[in-house]
Amino acid sequence: MSATSIIFYFLATFILAAAILSVTTRKIFRSAIWLLFSLIGIAGLYFWLAVEFIAAVQIVVYVGGIVVLIIFSIFLTQQSGKEMPKVSSSRILLSALAIFFGFALTYLLIYQNGFRIENKYFDSDIERIGTHMLATDNTGFALPFEVVSILLLAAMVGCIVIAMKSKPIEK
Amino acid sequence: MNEISINHILFLSTALFFIGLYGLFTRRNMITMLMAVELILNSVNINFVAFNKYLFPERLDGIFFTIFIIAIAAAEAAVAIAIIINLYRSHQSIDVEDATEMKY
Repeated sequence: MSATSIIFYFLATFILAAAILSVTTRKIFRSAIWLLFSLIGIAGLYFWLAVEFIAAVQIVVYVGGIVVLIIFSIFLTQQSGKEMPKVSSSRILLSALAIFFGFALTYLLIYQNGFRIENKYFDSDIERIGTHMLATDNTGFALPFEVVSILLLAAMVGCIVIAMKSKPIEK
Repeated sequence: MNEISINHILFLSTALFFIGLYGLFTRRNMITMLMAVELILNSVNINFVAFNKYLFPERLDGIFFTIFIIAIAAAEAAVAIAIIINLYRSHQSIDVEDATEMKY
């Protein structure tokens, strides 16, 4: 077993353990912190896969943005130390059964499918990503890029409108 | 580099997807449900990157899908949290069982 496979198994164990703790712990603040660890592990996995740009985006957007937003909303909506009510054991049992069979079926399909692996060098240079992102030919992604920027603007305006305090009606 | 077969990475992403699904089934708090959705979206991202790297190394489509999914997940989280905070203001609770006005 070489160093790369040891690093992969370590990262995989870390991600899955943090994710399981994140969905099972009963304190909401701890749940957010475990989610943070899981996302950092996924960024490490992207570094391991040698896609540095995606790893950097993962750290900046998820770890730096979404988790901080979630922690803020926990502080704004309830006491962070309060425990959540216990989930009924029948619900836990049924959910565990459902995900077990779903996982077994999905992984069986993946396992039986022979993927044709191409042993070429994968060049995910930032320069190449940027050139393809803004190209207007068949391989370019200029139109989705513009659509996503409009979507982000719409989401921002929508957030402000939703979160704005409505004025009491004057008579 | 390819000594880890793609099945191992797909095992990781499938497990992560179903862990997120378990969180979605058992949690009744909107913020924790949102966290479970983030886990699911991350497992999809891992899938896209692994397929792009292992099966189509001369193209970049999986990378772009991942970038767009991350952007849309950020927008989705922001809108969802705005809705949750507004709901907390009017109901004093963020439990999904308490928000049933639009159920029927």
